[in-house]
Amino acid sequence: MMAVIVIALIFQRNLFSVVVLAGIYSFLMATVLVALDAVDVAMTEASVGAGISTVLLLGALHLCGGEEAKPLQRGWLPLAVTLVIVGALVYGTLRLPAFSDPHAPIHTHVVPRYLEQGPKETGVPNVVTAVLASYRGYDTLGETIVVFTAGIGVIALLRRRRRDKDGR
Amino acid sequence: MKREPVLRVVGKMLIPYMLVFALYVQFHGDFGPGGGFQAGVISAAAVIFYAIIFGLPAARRVMPEALVEAMVAAGALLYIAVGFAGLLLGGNYLDYFVLDTDPVAGQHRGIFWVEVGVLVTVSGVMLKIFYMFAGRQRED
Amino acid sequence: MQAFASHYTYWVTVLLLGAGLYIMIARGNLVKKLVGLSIFQTSVYLLYIAPGKLIGGTAPIVSEAYQVYSNPLPHVLILTAIVVGIATLALGLAIVVRIREAYGSIEEDEIVAADAQAGDGR
Repeated sequence: MMAVIVIALIFQRNLFSVVVLAGIYSFLMATVLVALDAVDVAMTEASVGAGISTVLLLGALHLCGGEEAKPLQRGWLPLAVTLVIVGALVYGTLRLPAFSDPHAPIHTHVVPRYLEQGPKETGVPNVVTAVLASYRGYDTLGETIVVFTAGIGVIALLRRRRRDKDGR
Repeated sequence: MKREPVLRVVGKMLIPYMLVFALYVQFHGDFGPGGGFQAGVISAAAVIFYAIIFGLPAARRVMPEALVEAMVAAGALLYIAVGFAGLLLGGNYLDYFVLDTDPVAGQHRGIFWVEVGVLVTVSGVMLKIFYMFAGRQRED
Repeated sequence: MQAFASHYTYWVTVLLLGAGLYIMIARGNLVKKLVGLSIFQTSVYLLYIAPGKLIGGTAPIVSEAYQVYSNPLPHVLILTAIVVGIATLALGLAIVVRIREAYGSIEEDEIVAADAQAGDGR
């Protein structure tokens, strides 16, 4: 179903429906993530992708005003490039471990330690929160700073200055 | 939109629950899915919902611009301060086990304050970005 | 056939990635390009999380009733990636708004033509 949504998104020209379709896509992605047992990630994707992202896109559309995208006149080059890249990636993924293989390298190095020692060392049963806030606390600090930077970047770009000489 | 009675009534009923849900997600991040980011986004969404229904000036009265701008920076500063607290009490930067006599309780305390910092920054940034987009007039 | 059943998730991911990439390079409207970018990013999240799932496992919240858990490490990385993705989207939209105010349009060919005209006229 996600493939149907994405294909519809490619061909839609009305930007408002593009935004709505992107919100639907985010919710579908969140359900797929729940099916893959990634509940924290699913909650974040649902709230961020389908909530805030849709609000921001609608706000930008209101300011930009363009409701129709122009029809495509590019020719076949983008499609050819995309198909080459997709082909190369499919060839590359043939050597990846099979789905749900317990001996894949992803399950063997440091994760058993996190799963066993995490609740004992931190007292927090949710291993994702324990890893995020305690074992990999630096990464979360960096992420908070990235969000902060995005905030001040938007402030810097969209602030209105009262200038008497220039229109800008 | 505030003249629509259905939207006004539903909004007044839902917004407190959304805020309480955001706090629930924040504090139950230890025992179920959740944590700072999800809670920050949900609480920002509650205020954005209020702004959409009752108008931007009403939302600006509830959450003034200066407060939101302060929140953006305060959360990041809180996170950095927790790191320094670890440094001052004898461990490395961002060590939590020195924050209390019992190392596990120290971890709990550290994780709690760090998630509060993340909540404040994320909800401040989302709300500020919404204010900037919604408050700008169209040029043509 | 064996390869299909066990690698099916990767190919779904690659198809979504290709669709997002196509929207980004083949459409001229700047807002649509940003939507394509976010589709590209979500397909990468799927690429990271799918290998972490163990059939018969459960979400990585330790409790007495379950023994097998899905891998929590990709969840942590992708949580960060989602938030960074929305930060990128917000900044991109702010730039698009400024471009609209400076050039009057958000179609890429109109902007390039306006730039070329300004460059020749000088």
